[in-house]
Amino acid sequence: MAEINRDDVAHLARLAHIDMTDAELDRMAGELAVIVDSIKSVSEVAGDDVPATSHPIPLSNVFRDDVVGETLSNEEALLGAPDNADGRFKVPAILDGE
Amino acid sequence: MTAVTDEVLTFDEALAKYDPVLGFEVHVELNTKTKMFSSAPNAFGDVPNTNVTPVDLGLPGVLPVVNGVAVESAIKIGLALNCRIAEKCYFARKNYFYPDTPKNFQTSQFEDPIAYDGHIDIELADGTVFRVEIERAHMEEDAGKLTHMGGSTGRIQGAEFSLVDYNRAGVPLIEIVTKPIVGAGARAPELAKAYVAAIREIVKNLGVSDARMERGNVRCDANVSLKPKGQEKFGTRTETKNVNSLRAVEHAVTYEIQRHAAVLDSGTPILQETRHWHEDTRSTTSGRPKSDADDYRYFPEPDLVPVVTNEAWIEKLRAELPEPPAERRKRLQADWGYSDAEFRDVVNAGVMSSIEDTIAAGVSAPVARKWWMGEISRRAKLADVEPAELGVTPELIVELNALIESGKINDKLSRDVLDGVLAGEGTPAEVVEKRGLAVVSDDGPLLEAIDGALAAQPDVADKIRGGKVQAVGAIVGGVMKATRGQADAGRVRELILQRLGVEG
Repeated sequence: MAEINRDDVAHLARLAHIDMTDAELDRMAGELAVIVDSIKSVSEVAGDDVPATSHPIPLSNVFRDDVVGETLSNEEALLGAPDNADGRFKVPAILDGE
Repeated sequence: MTAVTDEVLTFDEALAKYDPVLGFEVHVELNTKTKMFSSAPNAFGDVPNTNVTPVDLGLPGVLPVVNGVAVESAIKIGLALNCRIAEKCYFARKNYFYPDTPKNFQTSQFEDPIAYDGHIDIELADGTVFRVEIERAHMEEDAGKLTHMGGSTGRIQGAEFSLVDYNRAGVPLIEIVTKPIVGAGARAPELAKAYVAAIREIVKNLGVSDARMERGNVRCDANVSLKPKGQEKFGTRTETKNVNSLRAVEHAVTYEIQRHAAVLDSGTPILQETRHWHEDTRSTTSGRPKSDADDYRYFPEPDLVPVVTNEAWIEKLRAELPEPPAERRKRLQADWGYSDAEFRDVVNAGVMSSIEDTIAAGVSAPVARKWWMGEISRRAKLADVEPAELGVTPELIVELNALIESGKINDKLSRDVLDGVLAGEGTPAEVVEKRGLAVVSDDGPLLEAIDGALAAQPDVADKIRGGKVQAVGAIVGGVMKATRGQADAGRVRELILQRLGVEG
């Protein structure tokens, strides 16, 4: 049975600030359930001896020297911004979303 | 939002009924040259949105790369906090939506912090030592800086829009989290302040952070809960955010203890929420309650590979650690033979290192203390600067002291000599020469002055003749006045007693 239901999708949508209609929630719940079920089949293959992994290549300690490199100019940084003022990104006031 | 004045109990009332439990999250900004995951400069006060790369702006297709120096700094902090260092740890994404991160997640660590299970011993003002257990210290990145515009007060309430500067976004942060701190009782506020001060001192001593609280290099979130006396179970806590001076930490903890006590006394449960600290009113106001938004949906950062440590690397870093501040203080106090009170005053005056240098330059510990705690501190206070900023070098003190010990000048004259040296009139010897400050060492003029002083205070002279030797000070004073301080007070005393035929 699917481990994701309509309430989960509504919760995630709220967290992600995505406005979804009832119809969309229903459809997405069904689609995500299928995806979750499909992914679950991985754990049927991977036994306890296979550690969970988030990276396909067994690398570690990929570090950068602490040397300053190229940066964007203020104009370049703001190029993609919908709005700006005083060299800064201008955004709607969001009450205490931290 | 209307301001509500919360009820509070007095601190003593609160402590009579409840035991406070504290917890701290201290964020330390590292002073690496570049950011945690990009090669943008880590610098304060630059033109907004110039210390940014596509990585810091979360532009599509970018890949972060970990700053190796920041990892070593994190390990050093962990070691200084007596933590265990993880053999293998990972970065994770902490997902949230707020304009201070353009990526919509903060790259942090979740289940596997680089350092864990540590402790530090905090020494309170009276010498009591209190052990604070460290839960973890993990690596993450700072957020951008928001300025709320259009509101009357510049606060978020009433703001029409916000302006964002991402220069700070991605600056390496180490978050240090304590385990719950119980048993501090009435000393909780003092301990809170001392704890944050100790963390600041440690990271500064390690050289891994500029540790300037006024610049936000060290920031503290203070958790407070109360439990009725005798109860084991912790109460509900509140987290007061961004208490960013040592004094504010002390005040915020005090206030929250008093406020919690009043809420609990009224039979109302404490709401688990964040609180905002207001320096002007020395109180907190409600931020936001724990909610859905705290579901950060952490998951492993797929763009970064694990950090793996080994014994050799950790021991190499351990060998690089400077002497811990607390141990250094203990060693210096023992070496110098200062009393606890004397040493505490030296530390509080911020002259410990200056005294250390001065002793190394060749004067005794009491002489070094006399100068730094006396004349130099006095001048610093007048000029409203730190004693070390006056330009008095250890070598200068050595020279002044040599002049005093040779009898060339006395303590009083040495201050004039110091004036001259600081005014650029040359070396101490040159100033003595130019200003004609040498002590009057010819007994002739001294005897004349002594006779004058004895004649001016015949009753005192009689007392001394009668055996009250301690009264001699008044005559010495008269002589010093007559010679405008240019006499050797010790010699004057000898001569007065000789003159009156009294044994010193």
